[in-house]
Amino acid sequence: MTAEQVWAALAEIPDPEIPVISVVDLGVVREVRVEDERVHVEFTPTFLGCPALEVMRDQMAARITELGAEPQVEVVLDDSWSTDRITAEGREKLRAAGLAPPAPRSAGRRFNGPADEPRALSDGSASAASAETPTLVQLQSNGFRCPYCGSRDTGLENIFGPTPCRSLRYCRACRQPFEQFKTI
Amino acid sequence: MQERAQLLLEIADDELILGWRDSEWTGIAPFLEEDVAFSSIAQNEIGHARALYELAARELETTADELAFDRAPEEYRCARLVELRLPSWEHTIARHFLYEEADALRLEELKASDDAELAGLAAKIDREEVYHRMHAQMWFDRLENEPRFVAALDELRPLVGVRNGHTPELTELWEEMTMVRRSQPAGTTW
Repeated sequence: MTAEQVWAALAEIPDPEIPVISVVDLGVVREVRVEDERVHVEFTPTFLGCPALEVMRDQMAARITELGAEPQVEVVLDDSWSTDRITAEGREKLRAAGLAPPAPRSAGRRFNGPADEPRALSDGSASAASAETPTLVQLQSNGFRCPYCGSRDTGLENIFGPTPCRSLRYCRACRQPFEQFKTI
Repeated sequence: MQERAQLLLEIADDELILGWRDSEWTGIAPFLEEDVAFSSIAQNEIGHARALYELAARELETTADELAFDRAPEEYRCARLVELRLPSWEHTIARHFLYEEADALRLEELKASDDAELAGLAAKIDREEVYHRMHAQMWFDRLENEPRFVAALDELRPLVGVRNGHTPELTELWEEMTMVRRSQPAGTTW
Protein backbone atom coordinates (compact mmCIF):
# COMPACT_ATOMS: atom_id res chain seq x y z
CA MET A 1 0.00 0.00 0.00
CA THR A 2 1.23 3.49 -0.81
CA ALA A 3 0.69 6.79 0.99
CA GLU A 4 -1.11 8.08 -2.14
CA GLN A 5 -3.72 5.32 -1.80
CA VAL A 6 -4.27 6.26 1.83
CA TRP A 7 -4.60 9.97 0.97
CA ALA A 8 -7.16 9.07 -1.73
CA ALA A 9 -9.15 6.99 0.74
CA LEU A 10 -9.09 9.75 3.38
CA ALA A 11 -10.25 12.25 0.76
CA GLU A 12 -13.55 10.34 0.67
CA ILE A 13 -14.28 10.92 4.38
CA PRO A 14 -16.68 13.85 4.84
CA ASP A 15 -16.37 16.32 7.70
CA PRO A 16 -19.04 15.07 10.15
CA GLU A 17 -20.49 18.56 10.68
CA ILE A 18 -19.95 20.05 7.22
CA PRO A 19 -20.31 16.97 5.00
CA VAL A 20 -19.78 18.89 1.75
CA ILE A 21 -16.04 18.90 2.39
CA SER A 22 -13.67 16.05 3.20
CA VAL A 23 -11.13 15.84 6.00
CA VAL A 24 -8.42 16.29 3.34
CA ASP A 25 -10.10 19.46 1.96
CA LEU A 26 -10.23 20.72 5.53
CA GLY A 27 -6.45 20.35 5.80
CA VAL A 28 -6.52 18.45 9.09
CA VAL A 29 -4.49 15.47 7.82
CA ARG A 30 -0.91 16.52 8.36
CA GLU A 31 1.02 13.39 7.50
CA VAL A 32 0.51 9.86 6.22
CA ARG A 33 3.28 7.27 6.69
CA VAL A 34 3.02 3.71 5.49
CA GLU A 35 5.28 1.18 7.23
CA ASP A 36 4.58 -2.34 5.98
CA GLU A 37 1.11 -3.23 7.26
CA ARG A 38 0.85 -0.19 9.50
CA VAL A 39 -0.49 3.21 8.46
CA HIS A 40 0.35 6.15 10.67
CA VAL A 41 -1.79 9.28 10.27
CA GLU A 42 -1.15 12.55 12.07
CA PHE A 43 -4.06 14.88 12.26
CA THR A 44 -4.77 18.18 13.97
CA PRO A 45 -8.07 19.31 15.46
CA THR A 46 -9.69 22.40 13.95
CA PHE A 47 -11.34 23.96 16.99
CA LEU A 48 -10.37 22.20 20.23
CA GLY A 49 -13.94 21.87 21.46
CA CYS A 50 -15.23 20.47 18.18
CA PRO A 51 -17.04 17.17 18.78
CA ALA A 52 -16.20 16.14 15.19
CA LEU A 53 -12.68 15.33 16.40
CA GLU A 54 -13.44 11.81 17.67
CA VAL A 55 -15.72 11.05 14.74
CA MET A 56 -12.99 12.00 12.23
CA ARG A 57 -10.39 9.97 14.10
CA ASP A 58 -12.60 6.88 14.21
CA GLN A 59 -13.68 7.18 10.58
CA MET A 60 -10.07 7.52 9.40
CA ALA A 61 -9.09 4.46 11.41
CA ALA A 62 -12.05 2.49 10.04
CA ARG A 63 -11.22 3.45 6.45
CA ILE A 64 -7.60 2.35 6.85
CA THR A 65 -8.75 -0.95 8.36
CA GLU A 66 -10.97 -1.44 5.29
CA LEU A 67 -7.90 -1.00 3.12
CA GLY A 68 -6.40 -3.94 4.99
CA ALA A 69 -3.87 -2.11 7.12
CA GLU A 70 -3.45 -1.45 10.82
CA PRO A 71 -4.33 2.20 11.57
CA GLN A 72 -2.48 4.43 14.01
CA VAL A 73 -4.24 7.78 14.07
CA GLU A 74 -2.47 10.33 16.22
CA VAL A 75 -4.10 13.60 17.31
CA VAL A 76 -1.47 16.36 17.31
CA LEU A 77 -2.26 19.25 19.66
CA ASP A 78 0.14 21.79 18.17
CA ASP A 79 -0.52 25.01 16.32
CA SER A 80 -0.11 23.70 12.78
CA TRP A 81 -3.75 24.09 11.71
CA SER A 82 -5.30 27.37 10.72
CA THR A 83 -8.19 28.09 8.36
CA ASP A 84 -5.54 28.82 5.69
CA ARG A 85 -5.05 25.02 5.52
CA ILE A 86 -8.49 24.58 3.90
CA THR A 87 -7.79 23.81 0.24
CA ALA A 88 -9.00 26.03 -2.63
CA GLU A 89 -11.32 23.21 -3.64
CA GLY A 90 -12.61 22.97 -0.07
CA ARG A 91 -13.31 26.71 0.04
CA GLU A 92 -15.31 26.48 -3.17
CA LYS A 93 -17.33 23.54 -1.82
CA LEU A 94 -18.13 25.55 1.32
CA ARG A 95 -19.28 28.52 -0.73
CA ALA A 96 -21.45 26.33 -2.95
CA ALA A 97 -23.10 24.91 0.18
CA GLY A 98 -23.98 28.42 1.43
CA LEU A 99 -21.20 28.64 4.03
CA ALA A 100 -18.92 31.60 3.34
CA PRO A 101 -15.28 30.44 3.43
CA PRO A 102 -12.91 32.03 6.00
CA ALA A 103 -11.04 35.21 5.08
CA PRO A 104 -7.34 34.41 4.50
CA ARG A 105 -5.14 35.32 7.49
CA SER A 106 -3.04 37.50 5.19
CA ALA A 107 -6.13 39.73 4.79
CA GLY A 108 -6.10 40.31 8.57
CA ARG A 109 -2.38 41.13 8.44
CA ARG A 110 -3.04 43.69 5.73
CA PHE A 111 -5.93 45.25 7.66
CA ASN A 112 -4.07 45.25 10.95
CA GLY A 113 -0.97 47.21 9.97
CA PRO A 114 0.49 49.79 12.38
CA ALA A 115 -2.12 52.37 11.33
CA ASP A 116 -4.98 50.17 12.48
CA GLU A 117 -3.77 48.22 15.51
CA PRO A 118 -6.47 45.89 16.82
CA ARG A 119 -7.45 46.86 20.33
CA ALA A 120 -6.62 44.16 22.83
CA LEU A 121 -8.04 44.11 26.31
CA SER A 122 -6.72 47.03 28.38
CA ASP A 123 -2.94 46.58 27.95
CA GLY A 124 -3.04 47.60 24.30
CA SER A 125 -0.80 44.79 23.11
CA ALA A 126 -1.96 42.64 20.24
CA SER A 127 -0.96 39.01 20.03
CA ALA A 128 0.30 37.48 16.80
CA ALA A 129 -2.95 35.52 16.58
CA SER A 130 -5.03 38.70 16.85
CA ALA A 131 -2.91 40.50 14.29
CA GLU A 132 -4.00 38.10 11.56
CA THR A 133 -7.61 37.67 12.62
CA PRO A 134 -10.16 40.21 11.42
CA THR A 135 -11.11 42.65 14.18
CA LEU A 136 -14.66 43.25 15.31
CA VAL A 137 -14.72 46.46 13.30
CA GLN A 138 -13.74 44.55 10.17
CA LEU A 139 -16.27 41.80 10.86
CA GLN A 140 -18.91 44.50 11.13
CA SER A 141 -17.79 46.10 7.86
CA ASN A 142 -18.77 45.19 4.33
CA GLY A 143 -15.68 43.06 3.68
CA PHE A 144 -17.42 39.70 3.52
CA ARG A 145 -19.26 38.31 0.52
CA CYS A 146 -22.65 36.62 0.61
CA PRO A 147 -22.20 33.02 -0.62
CA TYR A 148 -25.61 33.14 -2.31
CA CYS A 149 -25.58 36.37 -4.35
CA GLY A 150 -21.96 37.55 -4.06
CA SER A 151 -22.88 40.96 -2.61
CA ARG A 152 -20.58 42.56 -0.06
CA ASP A 153 -23.52 44.37 1.52
CA THR A 154 -23.50 41.99 4.49
CA GLY A 155 -23.45 42.60 8.23
CA LEU A 156 -22.37 40.67 11.32
CA GLU A 157 -25.28 39.27 13.33
CA ASN A 158 -23.26 37.30 15.88
CA ILE A 159 -19.55 36.48 16.29
CA PHE A 160 -20.70 33.03 17.44
CA GLY A 161 -22.84 30.52 15.60
CA PRO A 162 -24.22 26.99 15.72
CA THR A 163 -20.74 25.41 15.87
CA PRO A 164 -17.45 26.86 17.19
CA CYS A 165 -16.13 27.44 13.65
CA ARG A 166 -18.95 29.71 12.43
CA SER A 167 -20.23 33.26 12.75
CA LEU A 168 -23.65 34.48 11.66
CA ARG A 169 -24.07 37.17 8.99
CA TYR A 170 -26.98 38.69 7.07
CA CYS A 171 -26.99 39.73 3.42
CA ARG A 172 -28.90 42.98 2.92
CA ALA A 173 -28.89 42.53 -0.87
CA CYS A 174 -30.66 39.17 -1.07
CA ARG A 175 -32.04 39.29 2.49
CA GLN A 176 -30.57 35.96 3.36
CA PRO A 177 -28.91 35.06 6.66
CA PHE A 178 -25.79 32.95 6.17
CA GLU A 179 -22.95 31.36 8.10
CA GLN A 180 -19.37 32.53 7.80
CA PHE A 181 -16.42 30.25 8.63
CA LYS A 182 -14.32 32.08 11.27
CA THR A 183 -10.72 32.87 10.40
CA ILE A 184 -8.39 31.30 12.97
CA MET B 1 3.66 16.95 41.55
CA GLN B 2 5.86 18.34 38.80
CA GLU B 3 5.74 22.08 38.23
CA ARG B 4 4.64 21.67 34.61
CA ALA B 5 1.72 19.40 35.46
CA GLN B 6 0.65 21.81 38.19
CA LEU B 7 0.61 24.70 35.76
CA LEU B 8 -1.35 22.68 33.19
CA LEU B 9 -3.93 21.70 35.81
CA GLU B 10 -4.28 25.29 36.98
CA ILE B 11 -5.17 26.49 33.49
CA ALA B 12 -7.25 23.43 32.62
CA ASP B 13 -9.27 23.76 35.85
CA ASP B 14 -9.90 27.46 35.16
CA GLU B 15 -11.17 26.65 31.66
CA LEU B 16 -13.28 23.67 32.71
CA ILE B 17 -14.98 25.43 35.62
CA LEU B 18 -15.54 28.67 33.71
CA GLY B 19 -16.84 26.68 30.71
CA TRP B 20 -19.28 24.96 33.04
CA ARG B 21 -20.43 28.28 34.52
CA ASP B 22 -20.77 29.86 31.05
CA SER B 23 -22.90 26.94 29.93
CA GLU B 24 -25.42 27.82 32.65
CA TRP B 25 -26.63 30.59 30.29
CA THR B 26 -27.59 28.07 27.62
CA GLY B 27 -31.30 28.53 27.04
CA ILE B 28 -31.76 31.45 29.46
CA ALA B 29 -29.41 34.27 28.35
CA PRO B 30 -31.07 37.70 28.05
CA PHE B 31 -31.34 37.31 24.28
CA LEU B 32 -30.75 34.70 21.63
CA GLU B 33 -27.39 35.98 20.35
CA GLU B 34 -25.93 35.76 23.85
CA ASP B 35 -27.42 32.33 24.38
CA VAL B 36 -25.48 31.20 21.29
CA ALA B 37 -22.36 33.18 22.27
CA PHE B 38 -22.07 31.85 25.83
CA SER B 39 -22.85 28.29 24.70
CA SER B 40 -20.14 28.51 22.06
CA ILE B 41 -17.60 30.09 24.42
CA ALA B 42 -18.35 27.36 26.97
CA GLN B 43 -17.75 24.69 24.34
CA ASN B 44 -14.40 26.27 23.41
CA GLU B 45 -13.25 26.60 27.04
CA ILE B 46 -14.10 22.98 27.80
CA GLY B 47 -12.26 21.95 24.61
CA HIS B 48 -9.20 23.86 25.80
CA ALA B 49 -9.49 22.21 29.21
CA ARG B 50 -9.54 18.78 27.59
CA ALA B 51 -6.41 19.44 25.52
CA LEU B 52 -4.58 20.78 28.59
CA TYR B 53 -5.69 17.82 30.74
CA GLU B 54 -4.42 15.48 28.02
CA LEU B 55 -0.94 16.99 28.21
CA ALA B 56 -1.02 16.77 32.00
CA ALA B 57 -2.40 13.22 31.88
CA ARG B 58 0.56 11.99 29.81
CA GLU B 59 2.91 13.32 32.44
CA LEU B 60 0.91 12.03 35.40
CA GLU B 61 0.11 8.68 33.73
CA THR B 62 -3.64 9.05 33.99
CA THR B 63 -6.42 10.23 31.65
CA ALA B 64 -7.99 13.61 30.91
CA ASP B 65 -11.39 12.44 32.21
CA GLU B 66 -9.92 11.27 35.52
CA LEU B 67 -8.18 14.61 35.99
CA ALA B 68 -11.31 16.55 35.09
CA PHE B 69 -13.83 14.60 37.13
CA ASP B 70 -12.26 12.19 39.62
CA ARG B 71 -10.40 14.58 41.88
CA ALA B 72 -11.90 15.95 45.10
CA PRO B 73 -13.07 19.60 44.98
CA GLU B 74 -10.18 20.71 47.21
CA GLU B 75 -7.68 19.29 44.71
CA TYR B 76 -8.80 21.65 41.93
CA ARG B 77 -6.43 24.52 41.26
CA CYS B 78 -8.83 27.00 39.62
CA ALA B 79 -9.12 30.65 40.66
CA ARG B 80 -12.04 31.75 42.83
CA LEU B 81 -13.21 34.06 40.05
CA VAL B 82 -14.38 31.16 37.88
CA GLU B 83 -16.11 29.22 40.65
CA LEU B 84 -18.91 31.63 41.44
CA ARG B 85 -22.46 31.07 40.33
CA LEU B 86 -23.30 34.48 38.85
CA PRO B 87 -26.96 34.79 37.95
CA SER B 88 -26.70 38.51 37.13
CA TRP B 89 -25.74 39.60 33.63
CA GLU B 90 -23.48 42.45 34.75
CA HIS B 91 -21.46 40.07 36.93
CA THR B 92 -21.24 37.52 34.14
CA ILE B 93 -19.92 40.11 31.70
CA ALA B 94 -17.55 41.53 34.33
CA ARG B 95 -16.11 38.06 34.98
CA HIS B 96 -15.86 37.36 31.24
CA PHE B 97 -13.92 40.59 30.71
CA LEU B 98 -11.60 40.08 33.72
CA TYR B 99 -10.94 36.45 32.82
CA GLU B 100 -10.18 37.12 29.17
CA GLU B 101 -7.85 39.95 30.16
CA ALA B 102 -5.89 37.71 32.56
CA ASP B 103 -5.99 34.73 30.20
CA ALA B 104 -4.56 36.82 27.32
CA LEU B 105 -1.50 37.68 29.43
CA ARG B 106 -1.07 34.07 30.50
CA LEU B 107 -1.31 32.82 26.90
CA GLU B 108 1.28 35.37 25.72
CA GLU B 109 3.71 34.04 28.33
CA LEU B 110 3.04 30.43 27.45
CA LYS B 111 3.44 31.07 23.71
CA ALA B 112 6.95 32.39 24.44
CA SER B 113 7.80 29.32 26.57
CA ASP B 114 10.83 27.07 25.80
CA ASP B 115 8.50 24.11 26.16
CA ALA B 116 7.51 23.62 22.52
CA GLU B 117 4.52 21.42 23.31
CA LEU B 118 3.07 23.93 25.76
CA ALA B 119 3.84 26.91 23.50
CA GLY B 120 2.20 25.17 20.52
CA LEU B 121 -0.98 24.36 22.42
CA ALA B 122 -1.14 27.90 23.85
CA ALA B 123 -0.88 29.33 20.33
CA LYS B 124 -3.66 27.04 19.15
CA ILE B 125 -5.89 28.03 22.08
CA ASP B 126 -5.17 31.71 21.45
CA ARG B 127 -6.54 31.50 17.90
CA GLU B 128 -9.96 30.81 19.42
CA GLU B 129 -9.57 33.17 22.36
CA VAL B 130 -9.25 36.11 19.96
CA TYR B 131 -13.00 35.82 19.41
CA HIS B 132 -13.74 35.61 23.14
CA ARG B 133 -11.74 38.79 23.69
CA MET B 134 -13.60 40.51 20.86
CA HIS B 135 -16.90 39.58 22.48
CA ALA B 136 -15.76 40.67 25.97
CA GLN B 137 -14.48 43.98 24.60
CA MET B 138 -17.74 44.59 22.74
CA TRP B 139 -19.65 44.23 26.01
CA PHE B 140 -17.13 46.30 27.95
CA ASP B 141 -17.54 49.16 25.47
CA ARG B 142 -21.30 48.90 25.78
CA LEU B 143 -21.41 48.83 29.61
CA GLU B 144 -18.31 50.67 30.81
CA ASN B 145 -20.27 53.66 32.15
CA GLU B 146 -23.08 51.64 33.71
CA PRO B 147 -22.84 51.84 37.53
CA ARG B 148 -24.00 48.24 38.03
CA PHE B 149 -21.29 46.97 35.68
CA VAL B 150 -18.59 49.13 37.27
CA ALA B 151 -19.62 47.84 40.72
CA ALA B 152 -19.49 44.22 39.47
CA LEU B 153 -15.97 44.78 38.08
CA ASP B 154 -14.83 46.25 41.41
CA GLU B 155 -16.36 43.36 43.29
CA LEU B 156 -14.82 40.61 41.16
CA ARG B 157 -11.42 42.08 40.30
CA PRO B 158 -9.83 41.02 43.64
CA LEU B 159 -10.70 37.37 42.89
CA VAL B 160 -8.65 37.12 39.67
CA GLY B 161 -5.85 34.62 40.19
CA VAL B 162 -6.72 33.92 43.87
CA ARG B 163 -6.01 30.22 44.27
CA ASN B 164 -5.58 29.78 48.04
CA GLY B 165 -8.72 27.95 49.03
CA HIS B 166 -12.04 27.56 47.31
CA THR B 167 -15.54 28.95 47.67
CA PRO B 168 -18.40 26.64 48.74
CA GLU B 169 -19.77 27.20 45.24
CA LEU B 170 -17.01 25.03 43.76
CA THR B 171 -18.21 22.06 45.83
CA GLU B 172 -21.79 22.62 44.66
CA LEU B 173 -20.66 22.79 41.05
CA TRP B 174 -18.47 19.69 41.48
CA GLU B 175 -21.49 17.78 42.79
CA GLU B 176 -23.47 18.68 39.67
CA MET B 177 -20.57 18.23 37.26
CA THR B 178 -19.57 14.77 38.44
CA MET B 179 -22.98 13.38 39.40
CA VAL B 180 -23.52 11.29 36.28
CA ARG B 181 -19.98 10.00 36.27
CA ARG B 182 -20.11 9.06 39.95
CA SER B 183 -23.35 7.15 39.37
CA GLN B 184 -21.67 4.87 36.81
CA PRO B 185 -19.46 1.85 37.52
CA ALA B 186 -15.73 2.73 37.54
CA GLY B 187 -14.12 2.58 34.12
CA THR B 188 -17.27 3.39 32.14
CA THR B 189 -16.38 5.16 28.91
CA TRP B 190 -18.59 7.67 27.12
